[in-house]
Amino acid sequence: MMLNGFLVVGALLFALGATGVLIRRNAIVMLMCIELMLQGANVTLAAFSRYLDDQAGFVLVVFSLTVAAAEVAIGLAILVALSRVNPVVNVDQLDSLSG
Amino acid sequence: MADNLETTVAFWYLAIAAVGAGVLMLASRNPVHAAISLVIVIFHVAGLFVILGAGFLAVAQIAIYAGAIVVLFLFTLMMLDMRRLPEERVTHRQIWLGIPLGILLAIEAVVVSVGTPEISESIKGAFPPATVSELGGSTQALAVALFNEFTLPFLGASVLLTAATIGAIVLARRIEVHEQADYPQARPGSSDEAAADQSSAAAPVLEESAR
Repeated sequence: MMLNGFLVVGALLFALGATGVLIRRNAIVMLMCIELMLQGANVTLAAFSRYLDDQAGFVLVVFSLTVAAAEVAIGLAILVALSRVNPVVNVDQLDSLSG
Repeated sequence: MADNLETTVAFWYLAIAAVGAGVLMLASRNPVHAAISLVIVIFHVAGLFVILGAGFLAVAQIAIYAGAIVVLFLFTLMMLDMRRLPEERVTHRQIWLGIPLGILLAIEAVVVSVGTPEISESIKGAFPPATVSELGGSTQALAVALFNEFTLPFLGASVLLTAATIGAIVLARRIEVHEQADYPQARPGSSDEAAADQSSAAAPVLEESAR
């Protein structure tokens, strides 16, 4: 059945994104990995929507795209503002709030 | 869409290419290469949307993700000038916990995905293929759902985008704090009149810096 194939692709993309957030220390690459996780969720939503004969999943993908765009805009703006104060992108070195 | 041979071949190609590009993205040391790998993932996921009969989503995916989001990433990489920043360390202690946890998550999610039961007719929704083709296509069916059932979330999304735009402009604006600009509220012992005088004196400086 095709649905399981799409779900496996979505699951693998999500797991890859989560692994990337865990193992990468570059803040910009971590944001990209969050995008990868959203891609996995989008594949799952669209697959269920197609095989359940429902449009709600496709609509949710549209909203997911919107939220992803907003998230990237804000995340990169925070990084640009942060880089003026402290020009590093390694999140291990961004610890000035940790007391 | 029937699960015919062409669809199956296209699905396997798109699936393997998308996951492979995702692995490449994690493995690439250079953030620009990671961004290019993300574009490859996005294009192949758009192909998966086409197989699923959602042409509008495929186009929106390419226009928004590949056209806007990844370009935004690349512009930020250019502005932050990665060459002058310290190199990312090749190994760190989190990698030995992160990779096993990621593999565990992948196995878990794949097992759940493979074990998903067949969809029974009783739980199917209101848009079978006959209805979709009667409406004129998948894009029209999406519009019917979006502008009837999901009108309020659609308006909420526009508010979210406006807030995100304003937030991004405010966050990324360059604010130069002049050394001589004293902030009146920073003086604990001053009277109200003195604070008013100071604020009127400091106002032109602040206005200038905001520009």
